Amino acid sequence: MSAYTAPLKDMRFVLNELAGLGEIAKLPGYADATPDTVDAILEEAGKFATGVLDPLNRSGDQEGAVWNDGKVRTPAGFKEAYRLYCEGGWSALSLDPEWGGQGLPKLVSTPVTEMITSANMSFSLCPMLTQGAIEAMLLSGTEQLKKTFLPKMFDGSWTGTMNLTEPQAGSDLAMVRAKAVREGDRYRISGQKIFITFGEHDWTENIVHLVLARTPDAPEGVRGISLFIVPKFLVNVDGSLGERNNAKCASIEHKLGIHASPTAVMVFEDAIGYLVGEENRGLAYMFVMMNAARFAVGLEGVAIAERAFQRALAYAKDRVQGRDLVEGSKAVPIIRHPDVRRMLMLMKTQTEAMRALAYVVAAAIDGAIHHPDKAVRQRNQAFVDLMIPVVKGWSTETGIEIASLGVQVHGGMGFIEETGAAQHLRDARITTIYEGTTGIQANDLIGRKIAREGGATVKAWLQHLRQFDAELAKSNHTDIGQVRKALAAGVAGVAESVDYLLATFGKDVKAASTGAVTFLKLMGIVAGGWQMARAALIAETRIAEGGGDKLFYEAKIASARFFADQVLSQASGLCSAVLAGGAGALEIADEQFLAA
Amino acid sequence: MKALVSIKRVIDYNVKVRVKSDGTGVETANVKMSMNPFDEIAVEEAMRLKEAGVVTEVLVVSCGVAACQETLRTALAIGADRAILVESDVALQPLAVAKLLKAVCQKENPQLVILGKQAIDDDSNQTGQMLAALLNWPQATFASKVQVADGKAQVTREVDGGLETVSLKLPAIITTDLRLNEPRYVTLPNIMKAKKKPLENLKPDALGVDVAPRVSILRVVDPPKRKAGVKVPDAKALVEKLRNEAKVI
Repeated sequence: MSAYTAPLKDMRFVLNELAGLGEIAKLPGYADATPDTVDAILEEAGKFATGVLDPLNRSGDQEGAVWNDGKVRTPAGFKEAYRLYCEGGWSALSLDPEWGGQGLPKLVSTPVTEMITSANMSFSLCPMLTQGAIEAMLLSGTEQLKKTFLPKMFDGSWTGTMNLTEPQAGSDLAMVRAKAVREGDRYRISGQKIFITFGEHDWTENIVHLVLARTPDAPEGVRGISLFIVPKFLVNVDGSLGERNNAKCASIEHKLGIHASPTAVMVFEDAIGYLVGEENRGLAYMFVMMNAARFAVGLEGVAIAERAFQRALAYAKDRVQGRDLVEGSKAVPIIRHPDVRRMLMLMKTQTEAMRALAYVVAAAIDGAIHHPDKAVRQRNQAFVDLMIPVVKGWSTETGIEIASLGVQVHGGMGFIEETGAAQHLRDARITTIYEGTTGIQANDLIGRKIAREGGATVKAWLQHLRQFDAELAKSNHTDIGQVRKALAAGVAGVAESVDYLLATFGKDVKAASTGAVTFLKLMGIVAGGWQMARAALIAETRIAEGGGDKLFYEAKIASARFFADQVLSQASGLCSAVLAGGAGALEIADEQFLAA
Repeated sequence: MKALVSIKRVIDYNVKVRVKSDGTGVETANVKMSMNPFDEIAVEEAMRLKEAGVVTEVLVVSCGVAACQETLRTALAIGADRAILVESDVALQPLAVAKLLKAVCQKENPQLVILGKQAIDDDSNQTGQMLAALLNWPQATFASKVQVADGKAQVTREVDGGLETVSLKLPAIITTDLRLNEPRYVTLPNIMKAKKKPLENLKPDALGVDVAPRVSILRVVDPPKRKAGVKVPDAKALVEKLRNEAKVI
């Protein structure tokens, strides 16, 4: 079994050349993000991921989290790894310095999170959820609540959870039933929550649950949901832990993947809770954090794809089987076979494209918050809003495809758990489901992000891509010429699809919606192709300048070419599928689906 | 008490080293470079002595090209207090490094100098010993345990026959073996702090040291490929071959 190695060369290239780390470091508050410091951070985070988290990934999968009488035991080594993670200060990388964070840009925390997730996705979920809870409290919590909970959450002494889902309220949170009854300056929370990631565990002395619930007189639907902090142990005035709150873990789920991450069923019975912000505004607060959470899950797609690729690559170099198609005489490592190379390149190039897009969006997130010019902030925010569902939906769907290719490269051994290839596929499978399924992302994309604003942002982006075509036209490189052609066709496909969606969304929303996921995929491969083309142009320049890492830059151009030929080429087909609308899918009766 | 730790920037241990096509050396362009692992153990040991209250200041020194600054920053991120780069574009050989370190020692007066027992690039295993000779200080090489008290260092050494424990009067030279300790993971706040720690730049000339190579490298070649083995029918044939063909028994 091969160990995880952080892809530092590619990460640095994307950070510096594509996502513009230099520009981000100039924004107010980010002066610490100098290239040498960022290099050191990535280097050390990579060592931590490889040395501490990666070795626990398979044992964690096999052992899994175990529930017994309300308590959850996480697999061996995880608690210690979490202690090291907190001691290393990784929990507060991009958090507000006012509360003890390092205040580094999202663009810098993004590759670090990718490494941690690649090495051990189950482990990564607890810090991710804690960060989400912290952000919710920073945004809307009272000073008192912040003072009580944030310092301990920043240094990782306490972890956080998000309690949204109930058995009858999954994607549709309007159905939330948990009750919150006011009692002086606090509330009594009752109800059942499911799918609560790290809702109970043995890493820390306390867990801070963020819970969506309704007050007795709240209006129906999404406008009647409030957000509460419900700690596992109440906190005394002096900061010490008090009484055990009546927030209990009734059981944990048996899942397809992420076995080391306990997914709790939480039962609240008159548990003491504290209101975050105002009553009935809970979902609005959640929505503010939605971008961050969806981005984080999109990044999981990138991370798991990278890990699956590395494992498949190591196996393909090692496994000797079959003769070379031309040279013939003796058996060769399977990486010599064209079809295996095709699979490995599909894995490599799509992972690179997804990483580049995710990091570029991370830079825009920084720009949307920290840029001094309001117009630039707004432009960044519009781009982020447009691309979040693409990063989330496309990177996770493709992440699964890549993990599946990883199994395929291993052949029969991929189906056997001991190679580790299967775990990545099982772990990846949740990413297209939680934080909004791909269907929900796609509807968000065509509805809220495109139709609602008449396609303004997406059209501006397409215009930018057309201008970029002029840059590509300057290159005489054959491969870049091919990339240019494929990208132009992709841009035309997106443009045609957008026109169709804008014309159809208002009058036949079901037809538009049938093709929404297909459109999301089209957006993904064109946005990814755009980044691959940028990478190829920069690589060409760097090779011409001489002195750089020629092998790396040549591979970048080859990657762009392969991606253009084998992935971007699907754009016209995807566009046709979008334009077909609901034909076939919408007319037949539900009874006609099954031909039994 | 001040401890001086010498560190070398070498090709990362994960890199598959390639010999340059003209046979003048190995390929280092665009290759990942890191701190020599034995030196990392040396820095860690100095840090542990500091945390135990034995050492008050940890000074790290590297001799080599400007890029060694990065390696020094890594040592500062582990926790060293300050750094000195003796900058030289000449390919430094162990004797030159030992002379440079001697000059730095005379300037800084450390009580303890800790070095890796060897660097994983040239595997010379000479610098520590040469430095001890030049300074005329006691030395304990291949340390697997270090205890410092009352002006003395008690060092357990890994020798061919097992373990040997020696007592040295300070100031002294110690070179580290693999089992001395397991280096820590660097923390994020310490990476940020490392940026602000002092890093002094010195030149060999200023230290009065001639760093010109004394040994010339004629040629660097890949090790010969291993030939396929042969199966022998029985023990007798094996003994026969060992005696008459390999001539080893």
